[in-house]
Order: sequence, then structure tokens, then C-alpha cells
Amino acid sequence: MAITSVKNLKEFSTANDRFEGAHTLCPGCAHSMIVRELMNCTDDNLVVTANTGCLEVSTAVYPFTSWDTSWIHIGFENAASAASGAEAMYKARKKRGTLKDDKPVKFVSFGGDGSTYDIGFQWMSGAFERGHDFTYICLDNENYANTGGQRSSATPIGATTSTAQAGSHSYGKKEKKKDIVAIMAAHGAPYVAQLAPNKWKSMAKGFQKALETEGPCFINTVSPCCTEWRFDPKDTINITDLATDSLMFPIYEIVDGHELNILYRPKNILKVEDYLAAQGRYKHLFKPEYRHVIDEIQKNIDEYWEMLQRREEARI
Amino acid sequence: MAEKFDLQEREVWDGNYAASQAMRQAKVDVMAAYPITPSTPIVENYGAYVANGYIDGEFVMVESEHAAMSACVGASAAGGRVATATSSQGFALMVEVLYQASGMRLPIVLNVVNRALASPLNVRGDHADMYLGLDAGWIQFGAFNAQEAYDLALCAFKIGENHDVRLPVMVHQDGFITSHTAQNVYPLTDKVAYSFVGDIDPVDDMLDFSRPVTYGAQTEEDWHFEHKAKQHKAIIDSVPVIEEVFSEFEKISGRKYKRVESYMMEDAEVAIVALGTTVETSRVAAMKMREQGIKAGVVAPRVFRPFPFNLIREALENVKSVAVLDRSSPGGAMGALFNEISAALYTTPKRPLVTNYIYGLGGRDFAVQDAIDIYHDQKANADVGHITTDIQQFSGLRGPKLGFFQTKRS
Repeated sequence: MAITSVKNLKEFSTANDRFEGAHTLCPGCAHSMIVRELMNCTDDNLVVTANTGCLEVSTAVYPFTSWDTSWIHIGFENAASAASGAEAMYKARKKRGTLKDDKPVKFVSFGGDGSTYDIGFQWMSGAFERGHDFTYICLDNENYANTGGQRSSATPIGATTSTAQAGSHSYGKKEKKKDIVAIMAAHGAPYVAQLAPNKWKSMAKGFQKALETEGPCFINTVSPCCTEWRFDPKDTINITDLATDSLMFPIYEIVDGHELNILYRPKNILKVEDYLAAQGRYKHLFKPEYRHVIDEIQKNIDEYWEMLQRREEARI
Repeated sequence: MAEKFDLQEREVWDGNYAASQAMRQAKVDVMAAYPITPSTPIVENYGAYVANGYIDGEFVMVESEHAAMSACVGASAAGGRVATATSSQGFALMVEVLYQASGMRLPIVLNVVNRALASPLNVRGDHADMYLGLDAGWIQFGAFNAQEAYDLALCAFKIGENHDVRLPVMVHQDGFITSHTAQNVYPLTDKVAYSFVGDIDPVDDMLDFSRPVTYGAQTEEDWHFEHKAKQHKAIIDSVPVIEEVFSEFEKISGRKYKRVESYMMEDAEVAIVALGTTVETSRVAAMKMREQGIKAGVVAPRVFRPFPFNLIREALENVKSVAVLDRSSPGGAMGALFNEISAALYTTPKRPLVTNYIYGLGGRDFAVQDAIDIYHDQKANADVGHITTDIQQFSGLRGPKLGFFQTKRS
């Protein structure tokens, strides 16, 4: 059941304490905010499956766990398959009458961008094709943060990472970020969204919608990484504001693969430079010889925003 | 559910069909699978039982074997009965998750229809996949024929799900030889089979929210060693449960299974140690040797994880010369079974001579005559008291005999 009477953030954040604060995620990491939002937006029983990544290694280090709900981690790539199996077992046991209580169960998988965009993509795609009733949440910090900041296919153009380094002959990552939201919508998923923790109400609503929608739902959420994006831990929400207001991370949903709704329209759209300048990983782009990369990023953002607006208007 | 299969006293089944009937009778809740030759009919049959209402489970056709075992792990942690099947490359793709299943102590039953591993690509039977899984922390049974594929699959559920065991179990059968050859099989009726296997009583059930559980936590050097040690001990300690279940099974079926099957070993001077269908071939050869006055016998580890060191030692300590047959390319070493048998025999006072034969790779026939030739080698060794051939040789290979581990001849 969704928690409906959300009046203020303080009340909401303590609504349903099922994720303990005593984890070992970095100070300023957005993962914990996002997970708390998810855990707090519903009263239903939850089975959480986790891919290997920062979230997993920081919240379930034996003999402790931060999760006051059923939780399983298998590998880097297969949380979606574990959720498929658990969900199938739920159906089978419901039919056989071997469950202990009748309360609804929701299945949620968490993956980072490495496990979602790259190594675990096949497993997630398979689970979506099969139509399991679960919600997959990608904590997108645009790099392999858990292994020390290597590039992933979610890393944007121009960012420097340990395996796509900026140097005297390179401006960092050359390739465009994979459009995972469009790809997941193309699976025919009934609900797909891109959300951000600074817009916590739309995030909670998006999570609730995903949990209540039957079938596989996908949510990509920006999760700023102070360690690899190189900003001060206190600035996580500020950076997220810059991400959403520059439209580097537009907030929108796609229902049934065709109904696109923009969930947040910044009053003043910021230049992407403001967003880039706040992070160490883009510092090199402000050298004159790499000016064209900033221009390219801005062009890509403008084109994407245009596309989103047209799709919203055309309902396609 | 329809009870259309109460089953005749005698059926003509192949090994795949036998394994799938065991799954149906055990009322497997979830099967997650991906097709691979030659195990495919097992999962197809389960799908057909679901489609036709013979069973009430969920059939999850995933996009790869890795996902199949991953879904089995999720399903098993969610507290119901889980089984699947695979072979060869599919097994290899599953290997990562096999360790995860055993590390989480989940009683999944995996029917492995053994087949060669590429390259070169080959769909026929050998034990390369079985050997790849030997350290995965699963209990492993070897079926010598279709009847055993059925019987051991039923026992596997009961053993793996036992609260003192809580381990995943593999049941191996030989690709195409067992899996596709129709034989007489004497099944149990549905009712008797299910009352033998019994209802699953899950431990640490993810769907019991009165007691939330965490599966697959991280442990570094502070705890990992202890976890693996406990897991190892759990496998070793599964022996009494395996024996108890085998003896219970004997009571309802009349079929007696031992962890090590010995054939004509009471007074044997020479012996073959083998796995799978080769056991039956070797038994026929041993019989023929006896007709010639050569005291031959066969020793076959039916349960090769946990490995029955003591039983192997007891079975072979009075033999003069032993041939250990490995159906897998050892990749620059002695065969894995050879190493284990040798290790078991090393501490016996008389220490029989042990030679290693690599045979039957990629489905190459292993005929009774091949086993007879091996017995003759052993007889020669036994007569002179030392190894007269190469310590490791390839049996049944076309062209000149290959021996890589040379030994002194005299």
C-alpha cells in the first residue's frame, strides 16, 4: 500500500524505517536517500534484490545488514533474474497456499549504472520481456564507483574516468551515454521513469506508481557520486539541482511505452557549464582546446529536451 | 491438479524423461531454464506438464543458463522447491551462480546431462562439464542409467532440503547414452513418490516477513574463511543424511544405493574405477575377465561430492592394480578422478598400482573391449608388481597410443 499522506519531508523520511542509517556508503552519497525514499513510500512487504555495487557492499556486510526486509544479492549482473525467480515463487506458493500471510509483496531490484547499462543488461532485458511484476531501480552515478571510478556506458561525453582518462591527447570519454530509459520503454514496460532525489515528491510518486503498476517497471535515477564526480559531500543536492535544472538529467516518465510526461520543467534552464563547472571530473573541459566538447554536450541536451517535449505533446 | 500420471509398474523412458517425471512427482514449484542439448527435453517436459495441468508450478523460460540458475537462486530463497537442468556450455555459463547457490545453502536440484565443452564444438557426452563443477560446493550424484536418473533425482530433493544439509544437489547422467536411450524404468506411483520426498519446509524464507532475511551478504577476510569452512563441513556432514535417504528409498522401491558401488570386488586383483554409463560397460568387461580366470572388479563412486575417501580406500586396498578412467581432457595434468582415487589409496599400507586412462571424449564410444584391454594392462601390472605401461594414456584415440606421463618399463 502506498503511503498517501505525505505532508513534509521530515514526516516522510521517518514514515517507515526499513533502511538503517548505519551503513558504510560515503558521506554525501545519494544512494541512501534514494533507497530511503523507496522504502518509505510503501507499507507493502518488500523483497529487495541487489546487484553488486556500492549499495550492496555498504549495506550488507556480514554480520550486519541495513535492510529490515527480505534482501538478496547474488552477483553483479543478475539481481533482475533473482527477482524473476522470487516473483515466480511467490505466484507458485500463492497458488499452492504455502505463504504465511496474505499481505501483498512487491519485488524491487537495485543496480548501479555498471550493472544496469552494461554487465547486467541482458538479465534485466530478459526479465522485462518475461513480464515479471517487479520494479528495477538504477542508481545512476555514471561510473563504476565501487571499483574506483571506471567508465561505464552511462558515463557522459567528456567526463574523465580511470579507464577513459582526460590527458594531453584526450578529453575523457568520447562516446555518448546510452539512453537506457528509451531502451527500457521500448521493451513495452508499463511504467518507465527518470527521477532525481532532489525532486523527492516526484521521486516518491514515481516509485509508488512503479510499485503499484503490474508488470516490470524501470526507474533510472541520478545519484551524484561525490567521490568520482569530485565535489564536496555537502553539495549532493546542490549538484542534483544543477543536473535537473540544466536538463542534463530531465525528469520524465513514459507510460505503456508511448505516453511521455515531463515531470519537472525548470523555471530557469541553466547552461550545462554551470553543472559541469561544479564537478572535478569535467574540470579539463574548461581548457580552450576542449570548448567544443562543452558545446557538444549542450547541443545534445537541447536536442534531447526538444525531443521529450515533442513526444509529450504528440503522445507518442 | 490432474492425476493422470499415476504410472505403470514398468515404463519405457529415456533418462531425460525419467528426470522430468521425478520433478513432476516432487511437485517442483519453480523451474527456471534455458534449453541446451542434450538436457533440453527435461525442461520441455516440465513445461508440458505445466501446460497440460499435470503440475501447478511456474515455468520461467529465461534468456540464458546464467539467468536460469540466478532465477533458481531467487526462487529457492523465496522458500519453495526448485529444480532445473543443463549441459555443457550451459553448465559452464551457470558456474558463477553455482557457487552462489551453494554459498547461500539453497537446496536447488540440478539435473546435469553431461556433455563435452567446446572448443571444438561438440554435442556428445563426456564429463568435461561435470569436472568443471567439482569444486562448486554442491552434492553430486552420478546416475549409471535412466532408472538411476529418476531415483537419484527424487532422493536429491529429500537430501538437499533436509535441514541438517541445506545444500544444492546435482544429479549427473551421460549425454545421449543415458539421456536419449529408452530403457525399462520402474517408477514409483505419484503418491508414493511425493510422500517419500515430502513437503518442502524452507529455512530462511524470503517470503516470511515476520522474520526478514538477508541472503548473499559480503564478507571479507574477517569472515569469508569461516563461511567457506562451515560450508565445506556441511557437505562432508551430509553423509548420514544421504545414507538414511538411500535406505528409506530402498524400503519403498527395493533398489539399494550406496555411496560407492562395488562390483565383484570381494576377491578382485584388478579394478576399474569409473563414472556414469562406463560403470555398466566395465561391469560387463569384468564379468568376461572372470570367465578367463582374471579376478576383475569395478568400483564406482555414486556420490562423488562429498567424495567418499574411506569407502574408496576400503574397496580398493586389497587390489593389486587399479585403472582410473577419466572422461575429461585433463589439460596438462592427471585426470581429476585419478587424483582423488590416488589420494585415497596413498595412505593404504599396500598401495595398489594406479594408472590413468583418458577416454570417450566428445562422445567417442567406450566399448566392452576397451575395458577388457584396460583390464589386461592391469593384469600385467599386477603380475609383475609395477606399472608396465605409461601412467597416463588415452584409450580409444585414433592413431598411435599417447602416453604423456612416462614410467620406467622393465
